Amino acid sequence: MNVDVDRRTTRRELLKLSPLLLLGGFTVPSLRDRLLEAGVAWSDTAAGALFRRSHSAPSFGDGDVVPFAQFPYNGYDVLEPAIDFARWTLTVGGAVTRPGRYTLDQIRSLPKVVQNTRHVCVEGWDAIGRFGGARLTDFLDLVGADPQARFITVRCADDYYESLDMPTARHGQSLLCYEMYDRPLDRGHGAPLRLQLPTKLGYKQAKYLMALDVTHVLPAKRSYWGDQGYSWYGGL
Amino acid sequence: MAATPPPSRPQYEHPWAVRFCHWANACAIVVLTLSGLRIFAAFPSFGSKLPEHDLIEAVPDAVTLGGWLGGALQWHFTFMWVFAAGGVLYVAAQLASGHYRTVLFTRRDVAGVWPMARHYFFFGPKPVAIGQYNPLQKLAYTTTILLGALSLLTGVVMYKPVQFSALGRLFGGYHGARLVHFVAMCGILGFIPGHLIMVGLHGWDNFVSIFTGWKRHPEYVPLEREP
Repeated sequence: MNVDVDRRTTRRELLKLSPLLLLGGFTVPSLRDRLLEAGVAWSDTAAGALFRRSHSAPSFGDGDVVPFAQFPYNGYDVLEPAIDFARWTLTVGGAVTRPGRYTLDQIRSLPKVVQNTRHVCVEGWDAIGRFGGARLTDFLDLVGADPQARFITVRCADDYYESLDMPTARHGQSLLCYEMYDRPLDRGHGAPLRLQLPTKLGYKQAKYLMALDVTHVLPAKRSYWGDQGYSWYGGL
Repeated sequence: MAATPPPSRPQYEHPWAVRFCHWANACAIVVLTLSGLRIFAAFPSFGSKLPEHDLIEAVPDAVTLGGWLGGALQWHFTFMWVFAAGGVLYVAAQLASGHYRTVLFTRRDVAGVWPMARHYFFFGPKPVAIGQYNPLQKLAYTTTILLGALSLLTGVVMYKPVQFSALGRLFGGYHGARLVHFVAMCGILGFIPGHLIMVGLHGWDNFVSIFTGWKRHPEYVPLEREP
């Protein structure tokens, strides 16, 4: 018995693979950029859905912390932007009941948290450091942040800017960090105030904070590195 | 009925899900490897930042995708979904249809590995072919599927080391997952040349079957599964 495969069967079987031709869209330059943007946006959405506010990033014993001298300095431009430390304040605005300029002493008067956590860079390296500061969530309560607001944005002395989703901002380990290794933050690491977020990649943890806004929608300029193609969410 | 000679009757070898996932994952593996090498180039070391032991000076542009780290991450974060979906669909369809029996390496296949290897590498006698895949093929395919699963799991750990910290402990944390991810990629890349050489040796009729599902002239005694 010799049954051959007829052409109609062959054609039908080939047609079943046709959805794969959609992958060809990645070879068209104008389409490719939009597809990749959609891919990253979808990944960010999934990452946001996976985030658990009650789940802590691992913290480490004092023996696991890298020596201060070895903790890498990372900056996009200058490590010591011009800041008038004597008159420095954090300008708070947006959807808050108590906007205004907050001094470092006001931030220091909030309960202090010290944590040994892992700093993960988008490049693939990481370093365990010791950080101290006020919980961002306590500060948001202090300024009367609108509970319906979805994001916070920050601007920095070196023109860097970032924004955070509210679940991360309200996470118990997210700090307004003013200390590293039990000493005031040094200039290269973001003095006088930076974000320290064990649930985010390094580029989300903006240094040299000057202004913080609570918002319902993200501005067009969302994130210094995110706007250049990195994931906006940048979560761990 | 005697088992010889092999029937010339066409065999429906590859169900739709197998062919579909084969090509989706072939594309995904190329994209993920090239973009992955670009990502690796940003920190070409394993373990901690300090001391950093760079394994390579630079990854040649020709074997990378994305142009820079951010571009490579975009490709990686997009095609990881293709790879994951293709892998999950493949395993689910194989289990649901029972077709996995043709390809899954089991204890019964162990004895047949060496005779087949002797035939391929040392021109030994060709063992009688029963079923769609010989024991060596089953070993190669099963191993590669497991390597794919391993790269997916370690990828998840690296992507969200905090949210998946429990899974991460299985691989020795973030550093371990990064190393296993790289080793799994090497394993998959090791499979591909052998696979392509065998496809080349087995000719057009065999090659066409991964598109149409049908092989006109199978060279083996089919198992009890008849159309």
